[in-house]
Amino acid sequence: MTTLIEAPPSDADGLLPSKKKSSGGGLGTYLLIRFFLIIPTIFILVTMVFFLMRVIGDPITAAQGGRLPPDVLAQRIHDAGYDRPIIVQYFEYLGQVATGNFGTTITDRRPVVEMLATFGTATLELAINAVIVALLVGIPLGLIAAYRRDKAPDAVLRFFAILCYATPVFFAGLLMKLTFSVWLGWFPVAGRSSTRTELAMGSLASPTGIYWLDALRSGNMAALGDVAAHSILPAVTLGLLTAGVFLRLVRTNVIGTLGKDYVEAGRSRGVSDFRLVTKHAYKPALIPIITVMGLQIALLLGGAVLTESTFEWKGLGYQMVQYLNARDFVAVQGIVVLLAVIVAVTNFIVDVAAALIDPRVRY
Amino acid sequence: MDANTVSGRKQPFIYRLPVISHFRTSVGLQRAMLVTGLVLSIGFLLTTVLAPFIAPYGFAQLSDASGTFPAQQPPSAAHIWGTTVGGYDVFSRVIWGARAAAVVIVVAVVMSIFLGVALGLLSGYFGGWLDRTLVVIADAIYAFPSLLLAIVMSIVINHGQSSFWGGIVACSISISVVFIPQYFRVIRAETIRLKAEPYVESAKVVGASSVRIMGRHIFKNATRTLPLIFTLNASEAILTLAGLGFLGFGIEPSSAAEWGFDLSKAIADASSGIWWTGIFPGAAIVLTVLGLTLVGESINDLNDPRLRGRRKSGGKTPAGGPDSNGAQAALEAESRVL
Repeated sequence: MTTLIEAPPSDADGLLPSKKKSSGGGLGTYLLIRFFLIIPTIFILVTMVFFLMRVIGDPITAAQGGRLPPDVLAQRIHDAGYDRPIIVQYFEYLGQVATGNFGTTITDRRPVVEMLATFGTATLELAINAVIVALLVGIPLGLIAAYRRDKAPDAVLRFFAILCYATPVFFAGLLMKLTFSVWLGWFPVAGRSSTRTELAMGSLASPTGIYWLDALRSGNMAALGDVAAHSILPAVTLGLLTAGVFLRLVRTNVIGTLGKDYVEAGRSRGVSDFRLVTKHAYKPALIPIITVMGLQIALLLGGAVLTESTFEWKGLGYQMVQYLNARDFVAVQGIVVLLAVIVAVTNFIVDVAAALIDPRVRY
Repeated sequence: MDANTVSGRKQPFIYRLPVISHFRTSVGLQRAMLVTGLVLSIGFLLTTVLAPFIAPYGFAQLSDASGTFPAQQPPSAAHIWGTTVGGYDVFSRVIWGARAAAVVIVVAVVMSIFLGVALGLLSGYFGGWLDRTLVVIADAIYAFPSLLLAIVMSIVINHGQSSFWGGIVACSISISVVFIPQYFRVIRAETIRLKAEPYVESAKVVGASSVRIMGRHIFKNATRTLPLIFTLNASEAILTLAGLGFLGFGIEPSSAAEWGFDLSKAIADASSGIWWTGIFPGAAIVLTVLGLTLVGESINDLNDPRLRGRRKSGGKTPAGGPDSNGAQAALEAESRVL
């Protein structure tokens, strides 16, 4: 019953029990503990994905199920080692991962690390573009909505945010395609670049894989324009829907802090409303905002599956669906491990940022 | 519900029902939001129930007395919203799609509320190793990409192919697995807060059993935010179902009409300028989710002043102001299906 005394304050307001546990020590201890919590998180995710992927079937049956006689199929599964006890396979996999060997994808025989690098950069590019759109749109609009609370601008913005939430990203993408690609003809329908740019990018020495960066470095302006035209629709679609989340997040939390006594005190001393929002109310509201934003950005980095599928953007999300269909568990495990690392590291960064912003978190 | 305490015991029973009491306390913009949400939600429910009478054709019907349906036909008198590439009638499929969506919502949300609330109560009340284990598992599931989890679950249960009920159950379980940790977190946090309250202590002193304390004293107070989470999760269930359908892991088109699947086919149509196959199922998703979300948002808004008032009188200022735990959880949750 010792938890009875210390648990309520940390749990009652944050809803993030794992992230706000007070360690009792200084900032250093706090960060150290947070850092070591990354390992169990990744371990649990790796374990979960390993067993889940073993349950959904093996890649050999998925590829050749109906076409091979059962005994040949069984022989192939045996040769590949998929009929061994699952625990044996699990510890073998853990051993490999611990030594940094993530294996080779089963369907296209590529080293997992190389596969992650190829598709990861495509996803990274999309995520960066989308986050830029989301931040530029979401945060200012959220501040406006909080500042003009319950007035006309707030009503319109809240409706916009709810609409963003209610619209599945593939429907938004469809509308964007119909409007801007088919009717207006401004942007290409799908893909990351045209074939010619693809070739130009492929022939570069030491490419980063992020097309606009590569185009910029090689001074290929035609390619840059092509890449930009391709990236606008996916970035705006994903960015706008994410902006709806950010808008609500900023609005709710800024309104929350605007109701605090010290803001009231500031107002009574004649601090202007604008200053109240931007200086006094904004900073305390930042912690829940960066917590959720961090998670959101981490998930985008792991591949926006639906967006990438809509725009045939060949990133991690798009590719993961292909691998799932082929039951290529080595590849899916690789993607999920990467995602787990991204989420865990982002959570860590978020915690560090929260501790730096708010001294209460670390004590 | 808490609405009772506000509208008072003297009010007739009907005025104390959740949505009706909310309607009576609402004014202006909030009332407009609530009414819009209610109209859309009731429209959705009616469509679900009356689907056989509204839809001119079956969802998998490819021909009628006058012959086979033409494929990719623009809207006309015979097919008011046109036909798909496979020759289905778009209007009929959109109408029938409401049914699949409704069943999935009900099964998924009921399943996850039941398990999430039970686990949250147990975990929060007893604490100890049970609590720690459940929290770690819930956090891990929470950190797991929800759509991937839903896809994997649906493959596990149905091997990606499915009949109507098979598909419905697979989708519902997949969605529940994602939601249970959310309910679990909210209820657990509330339970931990509540078990330190004096009235729980007194119940213990009097000798009430754990089951009675959990069921009677904590449950009623901890489940205050559930209506909000319920509506928000209902909308997320539709979005997840549509996402599964869009990626081809949902219900087979011949066993049920499903909006997400139809949209996935429509993406290819869009490039050649065929708009009617995508616009209508998409609009159906948006309107349904919009309706449920508006109702949920309004209920949350209308609950706020009371929540705030009570907490202040108890000497505690809520950290997030108007946002309740439920709203914050919903905000965190909503960011996940992209």
